[in-house]
Amino acid sequence: MAIAAVPRPSLFRRPRATTGLASWFTTVDHKRIGILYGVTAFIFFLLGGIEALLLRVQLAGPEGTFLDADTYNQVFTMHGLTMIFLVVMPLSSAFFNYLIPLQIGARDVAFPRLNAFSYWVFVLGGIFLYSSFFLGGAPNGGWFGYAPLSSAQPEVGLLPGTGMTFYALGLQILGVASLASAVNFIVTILNERAPGMSLMRVPVFTWMTLVVSFLLLFAMPVIAIALFELGFDRLFGTVFFSPDAGGDALLWQHLFWLFGHPEVYILILPAMGIVSEVLPAFSRKPLFGYAAVVFSGIAIGFMGWGVWAHHMFTTGLGPVANTAFALSTMFIAVPTGVKIFNWLGTMWGGSIRFATPMLFSIGFVAMFIIGGLSGVTHAIVPSDFQQQDTYYIVAHFHYVLFGGAIFGLFSGAYYWLPKVTGRMLDEGLGKIHFWLMLIGFNLTFLPMHWLGLQGMPRRYYTYPEEAGWGFWNFVETVGSFIIAASILVFMINLVWSLSRGREAGADPWDARTLEWSIPSPPPHYNFDEVPVVRHRDELWHRKYAEDERGRPVPVVAGAAEEEHAAEEGHHDIHMPDPSYFPFLAALGLPVIMYGLIYFWPASIVGALITMAGLFGWSLEPVAED
Amino acid sequence: MVILGLLLAACTGQLPYNSLDPAGPVARKQADLYWLVFWIAAGVFVLVEGLLVYAMIRFRRRSADDTPRQIHGNTRLEIMWTILPALLLAGVAVPTVGTIFDLATRPEGEVLEVNVTGNQWWWEVEYPDLGLITANEVHVPAGRPVAINLTSRDVIHSFSVPRLAGKQDLVPGRTNTIYMEAARPGTYLGLCKEYCGLSHANMRFRVIAQEPTEFDEWVEAQREEAAVPPSGSLEAEGLEYFSTGQCIGCHTVRGVETAVGRVGPDLTHLAARGTFAGAIFDLNEENLTRWLEDAPAVKPGAKMPSGLRDMGLTEDQIEAMVAYLLSLE
Repeated sequence: MAIAAVPRPSLFRRPRATTGLASWFTTVDHKRIGILYGVTAFIFFLLGGIEALLLRVQLAGPEGTFLDADTYNQVFTMHGLTMIFLVVMPLSSAFFNYLIPLQIGARDVAFPRLNAFSYWVFVLGGIFLYSSFFLGGAPNGGWFGYAPLSSAQPEVGLLPGTGMTFYALGLQILGVASLASAVNFIVTILNERAPGMSLMRVPVFTWMTLVVSFLLLFAMPVIAIALFELGFDRLFGTVFFSPDAGGDALLWQHLFWLFGHPEVYILILPAMGIVSEVLPAFSRKPLFGYAAVVFSGIAIGFMGWGVWAHHMFTTGLGPVANTAFALSTMFIAVPTGVKIFNWLGTMWGGSIRFATPMLFSIGFVAMFIIGGLSGVTHAIVPSDFQQQDTYYIVAHFHYVLFGGAIFGLFSGAYYWLPKVTGRMLDEGLGKIHFWLMLIGFNLTFLPMHWLGLQGMPRRYYTYPEEAGWGFWNFVETVGSFIIAASILVFMINLVWSLSRGREAGADPWDARTLEWSIPSPPPHYNFDEVPVVRHRDELWHRKYAEDERGRPVPVVAGAAEEEHAAEEGHHDIHMPDPSYFPFLAALGLPVIMYGLIYFWPASIVGALITMAGLFGWSLEPVAED
Repeated sequence: MVILGLLLAACTGQLPYNSLDPAGPVARKQADLYWLVFWIAAGVFVLVEGLLVYAMIRFRRRSADDTPRQIHGNTRLEIMWTILPALLLAGVAVPTVGTIFDLATRPEGEVLEVNVTGNQWWWEVEYPDLGLITANEVHVPAGRPVAINLTSRDVIHSFSVPRLAGKQDLVPGRTNTIYMEAARPGTYLGLCKEYCGLSHANMRFRVIAQEPTEFDEWVEAQREEAAVPPSGSLEAEGLEYFSTGQCIGCHTVRGVETAVGRVGPDLTHLAARGTFAGAIFDLNEENLTRWLEDAPAVKPGAKMPSGLRDMGLTEDQIEAMVAYLLSLE
């Protein structure tokens, strides 16, 4: 049986364990990687939330002294960086990772080790960024890092500290994680679908993941270029953004927003995908206009590339450019509106159960309508001259990113956590979380609309008494603490449910898609037998046929097949082996970056570590039996 | 709720930066366009949220028999709700594009030229055709259009006086222009609206609109050289310290030969201005004293060194210099 083989160094022997602490460092199981992403991103959510509370305490009254200017500027910069790059993007990744193979009937992603690699790069990038707090100060130039303020070398004294070097290098690390992830999911969705699952039968969440992955693939290189130029200006004295020396102060903004606008669609489309799954499940009707929802997502992906300069209306581009971008920005509201109407159409005529996932999805729709409408008002250029860089903008993007993306992600959490843990979350606590969060959120962000129109600028560590902004700022601070309380409720619910939650079973919601056809939690190989797909909403059609009026009629023992088969156990399904090389390859990246800041020989060492990781990755054999 | 908020705010006091309380034609056009789009958006809001709430009530699960008809879509409806919003937006686009070009067009009539240069964290204000330079205050004749040419000496700033005209950025290496006009005399508050570092929140300014005759008087007074204090006075002592000390490296006082620095604001007529340091402090003895003693302590990151710590000044010297500065009407 065994062929005589050249003995390999034990360095290359594959790890075998799938349990125990060490196994989390070597796992390539998409479900465990999804859990790692989710837990890590949630910890960053708490950090970003604390940063928000610090800002709100400082702004609760005029001329506050809780935070000094330098601290405030670091905190608001890190709040933005954290929420965007370390919370919403990786939480979306957590869902992609856990669910995509389950939704398309696959056993794992196309590139399991690349998957692990992208997680480790993310964690190490986040740690690198946060280490700056202890190494001379965090980034303090805003998450948008406008040059020439951010590109001047520290000695020039335009912005204190080395924080923005951590910004330039840290975001490069995080960009690698996103690119790896994007490649993985594009190939997985295109190549690994179960037989019969054509692209037009794929769940909407999977479709949105595909669109987002293409957006990441094309947008991340743009910011990588911008960050290279910024890093070179800061570290090596180049002058990309210095007009005195022939550079261009606005170049940064064009590059940043060419990335930045597709980025906001990267942030919202996954949550829109989640809502497109939850609303049908809890209305007991299919998604209204599946094709339109899919194509509007694709349209948003394309059109999102043509609107970037709406972030630059006041930089002096001229009326022709401003008009062009005003029009493109207005019209991107059309595909977005289509989704909203299709979601309404899904609920219309349904039989709506108001379980917690459904509350958060409805909350998404309600809040996103507001955020979308305020976004349209930004497109009205002359009015934007009054709105730009005020709290009116802060209101808009929190309505779409918090009222939208975060509400959507919580909807997905309450919906799919039972699949992950095998336990239901408590409905009572879930409802308390929802209502506290909805009230606190609106109390915090609704007044920002009129504070902005009353002239209150962004990124101000303090404001004068005479401006008349004190009352509503105080209200907003109260609201922010109500949000914090709601998060505590969620955490209590989560911990409680892990030990005391009701057992979920495979399909606690009587849902429509394939992930609900396997046990909760799923076996490591996902499906006993790769499913054959004959319909969109395949699981629903196995459970229900339709009568002559189009109403569902249960099929006898339709879904029971899968669960029964699972009990027999399948020990001969080969799954990808664990590996520690993805972690090793990732480890070199922050070492390179620290070296660039402090001691360049360390960068050589970091590069060698990454190369060793990549070599091991390529050469390691399959685990010996 | 927006209306409620505005009403409440109006009841609770003054809102000097309120863009919805326009005091000139540019801000008026911006506010009018906003209200037009706001009411359309409010209508859409009521309609769509209304449908959402209605759906939640009408179609809630009522019995264990939950078997709604499995409808997959309605092509005609979907086409309609794609085309109608597009048409609505096209309608809104017309006044929008019109106003974009209107505001970008140089106004008719005799336009006053003002050059504003941004610095961390103060505004240099020059009247090129009138031959005068001041700081942190823009005087304009009421009822006359003004063209403000904007650039920066360091990082990107943004010039914003909400009651008169929105904002435009001050970008190093280029010049942007914002047009505005104050309908009536008055003081209109402005501030920096592009993050520019530590004291971004401390970079404010004032637009003072005057009757045309008063404006002309102001111009005349500003063009004169600095007041010379009577010899032997405390102010004269202050001038002595000023003109032989480090101040002249950064500041200009026209009439004092040695004081030709342009790193900091022109102080020739400092005392004619009601505020200083980026319009964040009232100009008075107490504030000026604290400023000279330790500017960075009262304005984070201020480029002006501390008098006591860095420039070796004594409190007596500062007292004399403050007296001198207060004499520069």
